[in-house]
Amino acid sequence: MADHFLLLVVFSFFVSLVFATLMRDDPRQQIRFGLLLFGGFIVAALALGWLMYPFPL
Amino acid sequence: MRVSAAERTRAANPFLVIALSWVIPGLGHLLLGRWRKGLVFVIALPVMFFIGLALEGRIFPFQASDILVTLAALADLGIGLIYFLAGPFGWGAGKVTAVTYEYGNAFLIVAGLLNLLVVLDAYDVARGRK
Repeated sequence: MADHFLLLVVFSFFVSLVFATLMRDDPRQQIRFGLLLFGGFIVAALALGWLMYPFPL
Repeated sequence: MRVSAAERTRAANPFLVIALSWVIPGLGHLLLGRWRKGLVFVIALPVMFFIGLALEGRIFPFQASDILVTLAALADLGIGLIYFLAGPFGWGAGKVTAVTYEYGNAFLIVAGLLNLLVVLDAYDVARGRK
């Protein structure tokens, strides 16, 4: 399992799940907050990836 | 006779809740009658930790000469019982040449840190703050 994007998605899923469960009590709010966090993780990672593109190691 | 979550919260010793919540992620919430939250933590955090192990991540030892390794060890320790089972079972030796080594470390460290947040949340619930 060395697909970087898949690992990013799995990591984001678990962190979003735990944070949403921890920080909201109402199930509907948990789902909304969890989806927001998950989307934020993915979008931020892709945006940072593109920003770093001109600077290869 | 059913016991309500509020009655469980009143009956629970906050320090026992902290200890149980740390040893097994989510157990404190289950003790306090927060079944749904407890089940999510009981499943999600150990799964995250075991994914980290499967990705060849390392469970860091306490090493006074290297502060970063010690901080990583503290984060790993946050997962509780599994940290202590790792030694006897030979888990978490880490394979630094593996492509997924750093990903594994991220899963292991973050699972431990998230469980520390879960412990603090369980303490707040036990003290009646939530």
